[in-house]
Amino acid sequence: MTERLTRFFASRWGIILAGAVIGVLAPLLSKWGNPPNMGICVACFERDIAGALGLHRAAAVQYIRPEIIGFVLGATIAALLFREFRARAGSAPIVRFVLGVFAMIGALAFLGCPWRALLRLAGGDLNGILALAGLSTGIAGGVWFLKNGYNLGRSARTYPAVGWIMPAIMAVLLVLLVFQVKVAEDGALFFSAGGPGSLHAPIVAALVVGLAVGVVAQRTRFCTMGAVRDVILMRDYHLITGVGVLVVVALVTNLILGQFKLGFFGQPVAHSSHLWNFAGMALAGLAFALAGGCPGRQLFLSGEGDGDAAVFVLGMITGAGLAHNFALAGSPDNATTGVVGGISTYGMAAVLLGIFVCLIIGFAMREKRA
Amino acid sequence: MTKQVDARGLSCPQPVILARKAIGEGSYPIEVWVDTVTSRENVRRMAEKAGCRVAVEAVEGEFKLTLSR
Repeated sequence: MTERLTRFFASRWGIILAGAVIGVLAPLLSKWGNPPNMGICVACFERDIAGALGLHRAAAVQYIRPEIIGFVLGATIAALLFREFRARAGSAPIVRFVLGVFAMIGALAFLGCPWRALLRLAGGDLNGILALAGLSTGIAGGVWFLKNGYNLGRSARTYPAVGWIMPAIMAVLLVLLVFQVKVAEDGALFFSAGGPGSLHAPIVAALVVGLAVGVVAQRTRFCTMGAVRDVILMRDYHLITGVGVLVVVALVTNLILGQFKLGFFGQPVAHSSHLWNFAGMALAGLAFALAGGCPGRQLFLSGEGDGDAAVFVLGMITGAGLAHNFALAGSPDNATTGVVGGISTYGMAAVLLGIFVCLIIGFAMREKRA
Repeated sequence: MTKQVDARGLSCPQPVILARKAIGEGSYPIEVWVDTVTSRENVRRMAEKAGCRVAVEAVEGEFKLTLSR
């Protein structure tokens, strides 16, 4: 029975199911209170968590997002049910941390992870096209490194406790959220009073959706970066089928819910600075490809015991703190004044630095061919 | 002689890349060792698409995939 289910989830229908589930639930989360075109955004939500903990003090983006907690714990539950929970670590963790930091800086230049790029497109935000073009360019760079022997080395099996650290961190975050812990008047936790951080679906709804997505994605290995990579690397269309289904289903759901608005300028929590939407996501795509998974996939892996993926996640959360503390993240278009948003000069420098660092990692960590 | 590919501990997509390279060299059978179900399914899907027969054996929490024509 377990084996048959595993084969189903690994099949084409499995990945179609995953795309459809995310495609329906993400727009619904927006309907239930999450920011527009941000039903699910791994980068944005990890950034909000960093804000709630006070790792950055951007007042508009601070909230402990139950979706992220659900993703990790859902993957843990699925991995335990199918006896796949397997603690492993030791494949160049510090490199994965740095890749996580720059992946987040790139994603926040665009204001979204690959999932949100797809969801923004499905909501009519055409900036998603530039983002996906950039993402694919970055991944193509990563594929070039993979073909030339790039490899972060083997992980090794380790104590089960290592695999439980990320699920435990998520459980602690859930407790902090449920009890709305506040240590001092001007101390953590921080919750936004206005802006995207103040917009959120009810905790239970967000958590249940997160758990459901976590279970399905762990079983099907849904990964947006892997989708593009597999097409470029070996003309394998398995994962990208799921990504395509996600966009179509989310588009239909948005149309039904009246959440579709076509255009470039003035889209919700978005800017239309084309070059930096492209470049930011190119950096993110390269970092994801070098690290072996999109931010969502890294969460699911960290839930099933992968300590290296967990380090990447912590890198992303740290990157979010740096991005806001150093004013690197994108600022949205101003619909009232008509001013196009974008990123600061510091942001541009950080994106370029990130690309440079990723290229060094790609060149330096190649196994010599025998 | 059986060709051995040890992809244990390697993360996605390395096991698939190594297995594909072995298939490209054209001699069978090929034994691919992996240690996660994800890698097992990915290698299996790629090998079946490439026209191989795939036999899977679970050995102490790891998997041995034997690819043949």
